[in-house]
Amino acid sequence: MLHLAVHELLLLLLPPLLLGVIGKTKAAFAGRTGPPLLQPYYDLVRLFQKGSVFSSTTTWVFRAGPAVGLAAALLAGQLVPLGRHAAPVSFPGDVILFVYLFALARFTITAAALDTGSAFEGMGAAREASFGSLAEPALLFGLLALARLAGAFSLGAMLHDPWGAGRLARGPSLVLIAASWSLVFLAENCRLPFDDPNTHLELTMIHEVMVLDHSGPAFGVILYSAAMKLFVLGALLLHVLSPLGGSEPWVDWAVFVAGMLLLAVAIGVVESVMARLRLARVPQALVTASVLSAFGMLLLVR
Amino acid sequence: MATLTDPILVLVMLFNFVLLGTSWMKVTIRAAAAQGAILSLLPLFVQGLSGWHAVALAAAAVTLKGFVLPGLLQKAIRDVHIRHEVQPYVGFLPSLFLGAAGTGLAVVFAGSLPLAPEHVGSLVVPASLSTLLTGLLLLTTRKKAISQVVGYFVLENGIFIFGLLLLDAMPFMVEIGVLLDLFVAIFVMGIILNHIRDEFSSLDTQLLAKLKD
Repeated sequence: MLHLAVHELLLLLLPPLLLGVIGKTKAAFAGRTGPPLLQPYYDLVRLFQKGSVFSSTTTWVFRAGPAVGLAAALLAGQLVPLGRHAAPVSFPGDVILFVYLFALARFTITAAALDTGSAFEGMGAAREASFGSLAEPALLFGLLALARLAGAFSLGAMLHDPWGAGRLARGPSLVLIAASWSLVFLAENCRLPFDDPNTHLELTMIHEVMVLDHSGPAFGVILYSAAMKLFVLGALLLHVLSPLGGSEPWVDWAVFVAGMLLLAVAIGVVESVMARLRLARVPQALVTASVLSAFGMLLLVR
Repeated sequence: MATLTDPILVLVMLFNFVLLGTSWMKVTIRAAAAQGAILSLLPLFVQGLSGWHAVALAAAAVTLKGFVLPGLLQKAIRDVHIRHEVQPYVGFLPSLFLGAAGTGLAVVFAGSLPLAPEHVGSLVVPASLSTLLTGLLLLTTRKKAISQVVGYFVLENGIFIFGLLLLDAMPFMVEIGVLLDLFVAIFVMGIILNHIRDEFSSLDTQLLAKLKD
């Protein structure tokens, strides 16, 4: 029960901190002091205190976007186990629900973007949808491979220590899947090689362009659910990336939080040292991720 | 020792994807070189250090495949200032798809081959077939002559992997012969490349399709 509470607390409170860590890392690379670590929280509070402005051309679809997005991220957060602890909700087949919750969130956000009637946001929606459809196979192939390894079809069993016995036999597949998921992780969260979260240059934006018309609390909800998506997918990735885990429950929470913060630092480093991919290269990178993931699965299935 | 073979072969197959997916000439050549060098060391992992001739063969193969031949190719692209493979007959993404599909089929096909019991379930045959296919794709779908030479090089790597199955039976002389063949072939292709360049001041093989009086 106590651990369940810790799970929920981490899920609700930690995500914006990751953004803060990424910001700090990038600032350190650039030789700046950067915004304080807690800046994303201040931003959220500021946004929630503002009033809302809704364009008169929009309908309920526009308002449903952020709400469904947040609900989907929250639900997905219930399905993924953090560290070695069991997830609050787990049943056979929850993998599919997990993947399609994010697809649902993407659908509602793109629908909200299209609802504004702005051609500019429509362009962003088109990009988001096409890149999302390319990232999905990579995630699914990897999940299938893990299901095969664990012999079970629920996230809890699949992610419980995939690096366990027989490292040499399953190592190559897991490395491939980790590489593929790292790419998907960056693409899904609109991080740098795929999409620049800071830019407001029209031609390069993907995610950012879809939410231009949201303001105040709605925009805050979108930022918050994006951070939560980063957190949830990061927790998923962390299982494949690191064989580490504490034996004591509380040590394990500490290991998990340290792992997430390290992941955020790693994103910051990637964003500092890499340039953005040309838009035409993004599908190629995502297909490469899918091929890697499929290859990893193939090695296990044969 | 034999358990290390499969992870190494996975690495080799990853290089196949690099070869199919990149347009950078330099990357293509380096990937083929790295693949060749890793493969040349593979017999040592399979057999262990069994006598001086195995070590000598591996050393010769690494020098030739990892350094000499790629060096010749690098020099060739420096001389003619080629950086990219432009507009191959089959694009990079489709050829990556083809390579991935081919790898899948290779795994399926290898499962149905009547292999010696110690090779059943190992990656040797799938890796060999997928590398052969990669070489074939490079040979047939790329327009620059240098890419086609690299394709030939990769094709030979695939044959080499298949040779691992026969490692106990494969005499020293045969392997040396294969290496020599490869060396001569790349040498001859180098000369042909030079001729193509002198004639057309480009290495685009499309130009060879036209007849001229």
